[in-house]
Amino acid sequence: MSDIVKNTPKVSDRGSFGVSGTGDTSGYGGLVRKTAQIGSSERPFGSYFDEVVDDLERAYPSFNDAIEKVVVDRGELTLHVKSARLLEVSLILRDELKFEMCMGVSGAHYPTDNDRELHALYPLLSLTRNQRIRLEVSVSDSNPHIPSLVKIWASNNWQERETYDMFGIIFDGHPALTRIMMPDDWPGHPQRKDYPLGGIPVEYKGATVPPPNERRSYR
Amino acid sequence: MTSFNTFNTFNQNTDPYASVRETTEGRVYSVTGGDWDDLVTEIGATQEERVVVNMGPQHPSTHGVLRLILELEGETVTEVRCGIGYLHTGIEKNIEYRNWTQGVTFVTRMDYLAPFFNEAAYCLAVEKLLGITDQIPERASIIRVMLMEFNRISSHLVALGTGALELGALSPMIFAFRERELILNVYEMITGLRMNSAYIRPGGVAMDLPEDSIPKLRDIVKELRTNLKDTEKLLIGNTIWMKRTVGVAYLDLPGCISLGVTGPVLRSTGLPWDLRKTQPYCGYENYDFDVVTADSCDVYGRFLIRIYEMEQSLRIIEQALDKLKPGPVMVADKKIAWPAQLALSGDGLGNSLDHIREIMGSSMESLIHHFKLVTEGFRVPAGQAYATVESPRGELGAHVISDGGTKPYRVHFRDPSFNNLQATSAMCEGSLIADVVAAVASIDPVMGGVDR
Repeated sequence: MSDIVKNTPKVSDRGSFGVSGTGDTSGYGGLVRKTAQIGSSERPFGSYFDEVVDDLERAYPSFNDAIEKVVVDRGELTLHVKSARLLEVSLILRDELKFEMCMGVSGAHYPTDNDRELHALYPLLSLTRNQRIRLEVSVSDSNPHIPSLVKIWASNNWQERETYDMFGIIFDGHPALTRIMMPDDWPGHPQRKDYPLGGIPVEYKGATVPPPNERRSYR
Repeated sequence: MTSFNTFNTFNQNTDPYASVRETTEGRVYSVTGGDWDDLVTEIGATQEERVVVNMGPQHPSTHGVLRLILELEGETVTEVRCGIGYLHTGIEKNIEYRNWTQGVTFVTRMDYLAPFFNEAAYCLAVEKLLGITDQIPERASIIRVMLMEFNRISSHLVALGTGALELGALSPMIFAFRERELILNVYEMITGLRMNSAYIRPGGVAMDLPEDSIPKLRDIVKELRTNLKDTEKLLIGNTIWMKRTVGVAYLDLPGCISLGVTGPVLRSTGLPWDLRKTQPYCGYENYDFDVVTADSCDVYGRFLIRIYEMEQSLRIIEQALDKLKPGPVMVADKKIAWPAQLALSGDGLGNSLDHIREIMGSSMESLIHHFKLVTEGFRVPAGQAYATVESPRGELGAHVISDGGTKPYRVHFRDPSFNNLQATSAMCEGSLIADVVAAVASIDPVMGGVDR
């Protein structure tokens, strides 16, 4: 299943009718999803974002090596951090920049983003500065290891278990990385794009409604 | 230890579900109720100090299907672990197969005691992605605020009522549910449904308030203000209540911050952190209200916060009613605004007959527009957004990713119950088993939100 998604040709948006790939607008072509990664932003970032990035650069000398890109989009700042540097950056963000709280971690699966299929997203909150930023870490499907942040923000304990459960991202150093929502012996990671939704056709007033993942869908 | 063969008289042949078996971890007793004396005798005979008790997931004091694994020494709890996931319904996965507007009907079912907060957080995130946050009509924002504050009261009433019930006080529950009924009637009057109403939509709200609803709402606010005093009088300063709650489940500010705890539990440490004040949304900066705090870090403090927050919510609702001016309740952009004009009738929300007459009888263009937008939905530019609201339980965050299509690429809810429940161990270890019930009640977890 995962190969099918990966081998889907990359398509680009054309026009307001959402035509892509074969140009089939009937909706019966199935749902084709592509990765849309936003490029790095240029200074000035606006709002408080320059201040945060300046502070981090000052407090963390290897900023350029650890931060892959800085994205400002929709009024939110996202720092793309290399997986190997995540612990260092987090510790400095917590202690020097006063981002005291990590509001958890959620995942996203981009099957077409080669060698960066799995993304972990950490929204951070600073009570002192009254600011929010986001960390984004990308790892490959074949080696989905990210250091655990439980030692830095204890609140990430269950959150990382959930992300492991749903996406199969392995958080190294987590005190007990087990499934949290699904049963312990469950095969697969349900939130990945190659994991089928499932469902059965339902008969209603004589007509049969197909399960949601088999209905015609528009992009 | 006695061997398996020599013991026992434990409920012999009387109850097929009450059994004893040996495992590698020790002896396991199943209890079905009514056989406590036998159990106590049996455990007493083993001379074993350490007992592991499984509480839930079907235990009445665990707010739904929370499973607590308690390690006890006598009556003292030495270790608490939570088991969750019994109410996991795959809402986040399902949303990826529906269009953006349909997503609302899913998220509203997450934290089922605070449906309007779920809807609002999701819609704020989608609006942020669409870049239309500034275009939301004022009337829609005011209606959202009003419903969220009604919802805060109804949620706090359940927290107080069931919390008191679990600690042995029956009457506050009766009073709390009487008041909650008034609020459910408000939902029914406005949205047609008493819960899971899917009323807040990306771009505004599904339909305007019914005519002549304002005087009714004012009456209900007045009635609530009088009635809430009854609940207060039953518990504030009540000696038994105080003995069960004061100094129980202590969690101070560093503990809360490290565990990511927000909401009334965080405010019970004295920190006035309320997103309605610190990071306002939906125009909360235009309302005059106080952030309630306590400095006791305990169950009693959290209880007082909930009581006084309900008063503040009533203040906000009154101001919202004053602010309401006639106007649109949906963005002007016809490519986003849901075209299906709805009407409220006796059996809930349904199609507006006027709208059906227009699209079926007089305007082909309206029909096409309706068909395209309803079957296909609108496209949301690619990107990600995180929107937060202050739900009755703390920071409710909706993290929404779009790939530019008509369906969400990924929706994740940072539910405060999920996060706050982690604090159970910190609050309970070292206390008495009876205090575990008080601690969980003071966190006020809603398992629909925890498991999603």
